[in-house]
Amino acid sequence: MTKPFLSIERLTQRFPDGKGGQVTVFENASFGIERGEFVCILGHSRCGKSTIMNILAGLAQPTSGVVAMDGAEIGGPSLDRGVVFQNYSLLPWLSALANVRFGIRARHPDWSRARIDERAREFLSMVGLQGEAIDRKPCQLSGGMRQRVSIARAFANHPKLLLLDEPFGALDALTRGTIQDELLKIWSGTGQTVFMITHDIDEAILLADRILLMSNGPYARVAESVEITIPRPRVRTTIVEHPNYYPIRNHLVQFLGKRSKALSGTPSEGRPQVPEAVRIDLTDPLPPEPARLHAIRA
Amino acid sequence: MSGTLSENGKAAVLSLLILAVGLIAWEVSIPAQQLAGEMTEYERLMGGGSPRAGIPAPSQVAAKAWEQLSDPFYDAGPNDKGIGIQLAHSLGRVLTGYGLAAAMAIPLGFLIGMSPVAYKALNPFIQVLRPISPLAWMPLALFVIQDSEASAIFVIFICSIWPMLLNTAFGVAGVRQDWVNVARTHELGALRTAMTVILPAAAPTIITGMRISIGIAWLVIVAAEMLVGGTGIGYYVWNEWNNVDLASVIFSILMIGIVGMILDSAFGLLSRRLAYAE
Repeated sequence: MTKPFLSIERLTQRFPDGKGGQVTVFENASFGIERGEFVCILGHSRCGKSTIMNILAGLAQPTSGVVAMDGAEIGGPSLDRGVVFQNYSLLPWLSALANVRFGIRARHPDWSRARIDERAREFLSMVGLQGEAIDRKPCQLSGGMRQRVSIARAFANHPKLLLLDEPFGALDALTRGTIQDELLKIWSGTGQTVFMITHDIDEAILLADRILLMSNGPYARVAESVEITIPRPRVRTTIVEHPNYYPIRNHLVQFLGKRSKALSGTPSEGRPQVPEAVRIDLTDPLPPEPARLHAIRA
Repeated sequence: MSGTLSENGKAAVLSLLILAVGLIAWEVSIPAQQLAGEMTEYERLMGGGSPRAGIPAPSQVAAKAWEQLSDPFYDAGPNDKGIGIQLAHSLGRVLTGYGLAAAMAIPLGFLIGMSPVAYKALNPFIQVLRPISPLAWMPLALFVIQDSEASAIFVIFICSIWPMLLNTAFGVAGVRQDWVNVARTHELGALRTAMTVILPAAAPTIITGMRISIGIAWLVIVAAEMLVGGTGIGYYVWNEWNNVDLASVIFSILMIGIVGMILDSAFGLLSRRLAYAE
């Protein structure tokens, strides 16, 4: 079997608990992401989603385990993995435009000023920022506009993998909707591989090809991989009418409400923890028999 | 009238009023020299008839200021130079000592701020050296350096290094990890990270340290020049005191204040330009 584009193998993270012992956040987590896939990871707070994200970004080292992208092991931060942080992480002394230029200059140190400037303006306009707004400092921008700048900075670098850490967590619902649409638009244009953390079930269904469900910590695990069987392009207003929408949504709600707690605290006993593949498709003429589910899992 | 003036306008009017009242109070409180005829015999016997050196009236100081400022750069020998020349000497010493201190404190502060080990290792030295009055170094400096000019510069150096060192270290240590992570995910090298992320992030704190330092340096130069002599505004004040020319003493005190204010507001301007809101 060929390895997926991004493969996470037996990833384990333990922290000292401050009393001489150790807390295992997750152990032997193993999953993969294909090239061009949009994957969301859902789970309760403190289950270790951000830790996985930081390891993928190269900002943190796992206790053990291997993360490989495109066949090469991830050892540290790289321009091949762009990150959009929850708190935007724009440099506050630079204007919106200069923040995007900062990223492009790091990626293409040999480019001329004019070329960098042009690319920065192009990506800012893709997320709906034009005119005098791009010359403002982050403190003069709303939360939504700041996150747009942050997304433009990440996409402008064409990273092989884009990591989004709850990018819309701090935004109000209306702004969140608009930026989700912009994210979908810019993503469908570039075909980037995206790995995104979110707390929002509807957001995950709208955006993702696949949703990874994570159980609570300690000994959290990526328990299920739910395929979103709703064709693209998806539109927020019509997606809820799709027959698969509520069955998928109910499955996710049930997991987060019940199963995520029930699965918590069980050590892996040395086995790799592979998520169970779940496919819910009411448009499929075949009923979802257990045998069929099993075939997909294998 | 108060309704039409802005807050700044009102403040300016009030300032001028305070100045006028102060000057008038000063002017009238100077007792006129009594004429010999009006004195009692006892007063005459006590030397009341001879001219007395009193605090000069503001009008005398103003006349002195006019005389000095109309020709600030005259040079009539070692003990008679214009106020401009004296201030230039002092500023030259301050800026040399201060510049050397900044050149050393800012890179060292970066190191201390970046490395908790370096901070812990150097902290005891800093804590002992920092509270020493800069003038206490003077005898040692004179002995080691054997040159009064260089010793004065050394004293400025040693007094202005601490605020810059500590503020740089504090500012660098306080740079938000998020911004450092931005640099890391963009694969910036150590030098690029320092110059394009940490320096601008820490700049407001560093400038505050530089502003405190320039203030201290300007305070200390006056005292240092009273000790080393020769040139400079500190020497000038002391020399005019020896000449019992109090109008000149008051005038030069005023000039020390004005130059100090200009230095401070220059840094104030710089800090406003480098400030950022999160």
